[in-house]
Amino acid sequence: MTATLAAPVPPAADSAALRRSLARASRRRKWRAFALTLPLLVFLLLTFLVPIAALLERAVENPEVARALPRTVLVLRDWKRADVPRPEAFAAIVADLGALSDSADAGALARRLNSEKPGARSLIMGTYRALPLEGTSAATPAGAIRDKLLAVDPRWGETAYWEAIAKNGSRWTPDYLLTAVDLRRDAHGAIERVDPDQRVFGGILLRTFGISALVTLWCLALGYPLAYWLSTLSPRRANVLMIVVLVPFWTSILVRVAAWIVLLQSEGLVNHALQGLHLTSRPLELLFNRTGVVVAMTHILLPFMILPLYSVMAGVPTSYVRAAVSLGSTPLAAFVRVYVPQTYAGIGAGALLVFILSIGYYVTPALLGGPTDQMLSYYIAQYTNVDVNWGMACALGALLLAATLVLYAVYRRVTKSELSLG
Amino acid sequence: MRKSSCIAAALAALTCLPALAQKQLTVVNFGGANANAQKKAFYEPYEKTGTKVVAVEYNGEQAKIKVMVDSKNVTWDAVEVESPDVARGCDEGLFEKLDWSRIGNKADFVPAAVTDCGIGIFVWSTVMAWDGDKLKAGPKTWADFWDTKKFPGKRGLRKGARYNLEFALMADGVKPADVYKVLATKEGADRAFRKLGELKSNIQWWEAGAQPPQFLVAGDVVMTTVFNGRIDAANREGKHLQIGWVGGIYDLDYWVIPKGDPNKDAALKFIAFASTADAQAEYAKNIAYGPTNKHALAKLDAKTLANLPTSPANSKDALQFNLKFWADQGEDLEKRFASWATS
Repeated sequence: MTATLAAPVPPAADSAALRRSLARASRRRKWRAFALTLPLLVFLLLTFLVPIAALLERAVENPEVARALPRTVLVLRDWKRADVPRPEAFAAIVADLGALSDSADAGALARRLNSEKPGARSLIMGTYRALPLEGTSAATPAGAIRDKLLAVDPRWGETAYWEAIAKNGSRWTPDYLLTAVDLRRDAHGAIERVDPDQRVFGGILLRTFGISALVTLWCLALGYPLAYWLSTLSPRRANVLMIVVLVPFWTSILVRVAAWIVLLQSEGLVNHALQGLHLTSRPLELLFNRTGVVVAMTHILLPFMILPLYSVMAGVPTSYVRAAVSLGSTPLAAFVRVYVPQTYAGIGAGALLVFILSIGYYVTPALLGGPTDQMLSYYIAQYTNVDVNWGMACALGALLLAATLVLYAVYRRVTKSELSLG
Repeated sequence: MRKSSCIAAALAALTCLPALAQKQLTVVNFGGANANAQKKAFYEPYEKTGTKVVAVEYNGEQAKIKVMVDSKNVTWDAVEVESPDVARGCDEGLFEKLDWSRIGNKADFVPAAVTDCGIGIFVWSTVMAWDGDKLKAGPKTWADFWDTKKFPGKRGLRKGARYNLEFALMADGVKPADVYKVLATKEGADRAFRKLGELKSNIQWWEAGAQPPQFLVAGDVVMTTVFNGRIDAANREGKHLQIGWVGGIYDLDYWVIPKGDPNKDAALKFIAFASTADAQAEYAKNIAYGPTNKHALAKLDAKTLANLPTSPANSKDALQFNLKFWADQGEDLEKRFASWATS
């Protein structure tokens, strides 16, 4: 490069050839770099991006009704939703249910519609088992089929069940995502808030953020002095003490949670100590409530605060504080106004890391908290394992993911920097 | 020469493997005192027929079965499930339809035990209980259970809407026979939640069946709802816990076979064995859950019978769990419960 710059301006043809070969060389370098990172990219794609895409897809996927009841959905397309649909809809649903080859399809349909309108499960399964309707054929007029179906189950005369079918006729639905933020679509597709006695997730999301914020504050309050102290020690002693920070970090979360149960229970070590010192007369309730959750989560997440803080603090020159003091500042003012601002990057990174890890916590609140201390992940697990409503579980997962991304965007906006972990 | 013998050995091993696999059966249960009783009554006697029983514990997560069935990689053979899951899983194609001709005569079993995909293993009941050492005169009705003036202290309740709404309505004066009729209406559900709300500040929730006896023994609660077998298990260890059978809700657990199980034949054989009168009687001797095979009752002594939820004295004021009601309304009521418990 320097050689070309120093040389006299070459003729035009030469410079074009040079540019070409330069471009070729840099392209080749880029390809080589790309080839080297290719395994990592493929790995990330398969283990990270594809699952997330699948999760997001499942959160809006709604195949059950469209797959099982194509004719009914078609007939209901021009239905005004004010009164019971015309007889052709009854004929269509009998034809659709009769055409299902596997009872599992009817079961999936029943499950989907039941979450929309309670009671639809027994209506669909009861009708499915009653098919074929006695004395009907393909030539039977729709009106007669309607009467027979109403005889099988009079609930077919209620519009609510038909609304549930009409609403879910599309292969995609915003319903799971709306439910995740306590909203719903009414019969005409307008978005409204759900009834107060069905509102759950708004409160749980707020609680999740509340607990995470509290844990982050405690981690900062406990971690900052410790990280500062570590940064003032000689590297050898700092390393020894760092191991003390890291050993719990390397211990299984379950072991640590079990240890807290032993410590905090009403006949546990902490309560015995407090009573022995005559600080309390009765055992304090430390377990299965917010206290237990916050104590254990703070303990588990503390290293994630200390490590970024320490790595930033280790790089802060001591001369600035000394200079401030020598210029007449009190030590405290020098610490707050000169030292602390230099560690903002560490505080930001540590706080963000602890907060984002906190909002996904599941095991600790499940084992140490009461019903009012469960965070969003608990409900994701509930929907995944127990209710087997994976659409809802994925919608809540998407909500958590969105919350994390928003937080990260806010962090970048505020600090105008990339996340630095030292 | 050596190479060929190696190949022969490898081939022999390959042909042997499936044979070995057939001699092993994976049975899945809910753990705890119930699993111990199953081990004594079902697994150990069955192993004498030459099949090794591998017992696995789970907490009723149907997602695990669904994943196995969907991915066509079924490794569980006979699975214990709760009643709502039998009907749901059968509808949704998670379970094999049972070949009843290979199990026995349907008429030998209590009617609720006979379904398309599952056969009842035992009858259990959710009842109220208290520690006889600490509370001499216990509650007699659900109204007493709700009476925090007469019996101050915390109450243990299973976390969730199921059972609690029924208990609340009975405490509010609804007759057991009318409970599900009332609960099916919006006003009835409101009434149940309102009544549950009266107790809210006094509730200690439990999730695992082993918790309520521990709560009672530790003195954390003055009374609790509990699966009756757990009280029996605790009393066998020298505790003096008492059960109030009035207004208890009884229900069954079932055996099912996940759909596409390659070991289906052996699973059915095991289920048939566990459903015989002898095995059922042995089970009831080990934990106080009622047999589903009617002939097992004749093999039990009066003392054992008196502790079973199926005995006439215990079941006369009890309520049968309404499967159909909860299959339809469960999701809605559980969500409402979550909302109620959060606020």
